[in-house]
Amino acid sequence: MSNILIEAQGLTKEFPAGRGKKVHAVTDVSLRIHEGETLGIVGESGCGKSTLGNLLAHLLPPTSGRLYVRGEDVTDFNDRQFLKYRRQFQMIFQDTGAALDPRMTIRDIVAEPLETYRVCPTPEATTQKVAELLEAVGVSGEALPRYPHQFSGGQRQRIGIARAIAADPALIVCDEPVSALDVSVQNQILNLLGDLKKSRGLAYLFISHDLSVVRYISDRIGVMFLGRLCELGDTQDVFHRPLHPYTRFLLDAIPVPDPRRRDDKIELMKGEIPSPVNPPSGCRFHPLCPYASEECRREVPAFRDLEGRMVACHHPLKISH
Amino acid sequence: MNRDKLLQLMRENKVAVLSALVILLFVLAAVFAPFLTPYDPKEMDILHRLSGPDAAHLLGTDEGGRDILTRMLYGARVSLLAGVLPTLMSMLLGTALGLLSGFAGGVVDEIIMRIADVMLAFPSTLLAMLIVYTIGGGLTGVFLTLALVNWAGVARVVRAETLRLRGSVFVTAARSIGVPQTRIALRHILPGCIPTMIVLFTLGVPSAILTESSLSFLGLGIQPPATSWGLMINQGRQYLYTAPWCSFAPCVAIMLIVLAFNFLGDGLRDALDPHLESK
Repeated sequence: MSNILIEAQGLTKEFPAGRGKKVHAVTDVSLRIHEGETLGIVGESGCGKSTLGNLLAHLLPPTSGRLYVRGEDVTDFNDRQFLKYRRQFQMIFQDTGAALDPRMTIRDIVAEPLETYRVCPTPEATTQKVAELLEAVGVSGEALPRYPHQFSGGQRQRIGIARAIAADPALIVCDEPVSALDVSVQNQILNLLGDLKKSRGLAYLFISHDLSVVRYISDRIGVMFLGRLCELGDTQDVFHRPLHPYTRFLLDAIPVPDPRRRDDKIELMKGEIPSPVNPPSGCRFHPLCPYASEECRREVPAFRDLEGRMVACHHPLKISH
Repeated sequence: MNRDKLLQLMRENKVAVLSALVILLFVLAAVFAPFLTPYDPKEMDILHRLSGPDAAHLLGTDEGGRDILTRMLYGARVSLLAGVLPTLMSMLLGTALGLLSGFAGGVVDEIIMRIADVMLAFPSTLLAMLIVYTIGGGLTGVFLTLALVNWAGVARVVRAETLRLRGSVFVTAARSIGVPQTRIALRHILPGCIPTMIVLFTLGVPSAILTESSLSFLGLGIQPPATSWGLMINQGRQYLYTAPWCSFAPCVAIMLIVLAFNFLGDGLRDALDPHLESK
């Protein structure tokens, strides 16, 4: 395996929710992202995926836990101290309409990282570089003097990607980058991200609730439930042999297009997702889990190595379906 | 913005252009007042006091027999300056403090906003009277007072805009890029506040003109025989039934200038909105 780019150890983020209560957005998450690797994070809405992305990009200070960049502990760095790594972590966002400043031209938007890091000596050189970046993501140079609202969602996401790669980062945090787009446009953007990864050696943290999208793009995949990682392993392993019951539920919930191949016996999750303000004791999944035992109610399962991947479950699944 | 675009904007927004012309006309009239009238604004002519509009006095004369048109022209100097200058000053102060307040947060925010609360808690005329008493009357005193009375409202609104914009995704994007804080404030947040600031300005000008007139009426502002439109309205008030023209002309002038500023503000806001540009 190549070098570790970023490592989280027991990363936890709690938000105050009034009257002394706390939202447990992310709890005790440990993971690594290697250079040039795509790590997919899946989970339902509100499970803390985006908060995790912000924590890893050093945009939010964690409540506890440590964050390492290339082996250096950056947890307590302020913005100024983190500046030397800032350039290596860029983000792209779900809401393409909101992610680009509506009052700036495309030229100025994409030029912002170039100007921040003084990549080009003159404004003309910057414009030239912006045109090259736009070309690299498939946007015509005519876009330069125009404004974001004059483009479609897919085009805007391409512009966002151009901005993200402008500073030559090592990792791009992709926060649901295709969820708001049409399926055909989704494919184009995913292919573009794949191409850029190859040509520029980028690593991605790819956050999505869409399993098929994550499966398509990720080398490894982490499954989150209510702020905790349930399972983390190679994409193929996780998809073919889920070890955590929640992963199994998620996979079973993917619609099968062919009616003859549908399995009528699959179990669907029953009950409501518990609230992150008042998460269940022990394993957070136990109220919904058909295999839950007394142990699950009482004790938080360790995030342990099992058959070459990490699983947090007292009763991991033995056989695949 | 190039010239073609400007011409197109002007074609699309005839009311704003007309308003700008009206304002320009008033400004020119105020500047060239001595060349536009044969009368002296301060010279009394008791024999012709309170005479109605005729060929000699187009808008009639006031209780001192002075030509109202002449006094209007000279009064425009004070009224226009009192409308624009203090409003600009309070905008500058309010925007800087509001931006700082919303961006810095914490103790700085708390201190600035509590001071603003105190300013806003006083009835504005009472506050203006207090300040004028403290720093002294006259033109400079009135202008400073108007600026000090109005900054708090501006700061409040700009702070709210700053907080709204600070939470937007494009500001998070700028932070993730590593754009320095001051640059985020000036490049992303301040431009987003501009439409609001234009509206505040167009609302602030007429209110400053009116506050100036109240102060002058109370004897705290412009001292007779110098005059402003507000002072003229107030002096004419006593003769409203016998010589209504004394108050009528300055009333119409204030109404026109207030409307013109409002329409111009609307037009400017539209012109600066990139969303409306393509339509």
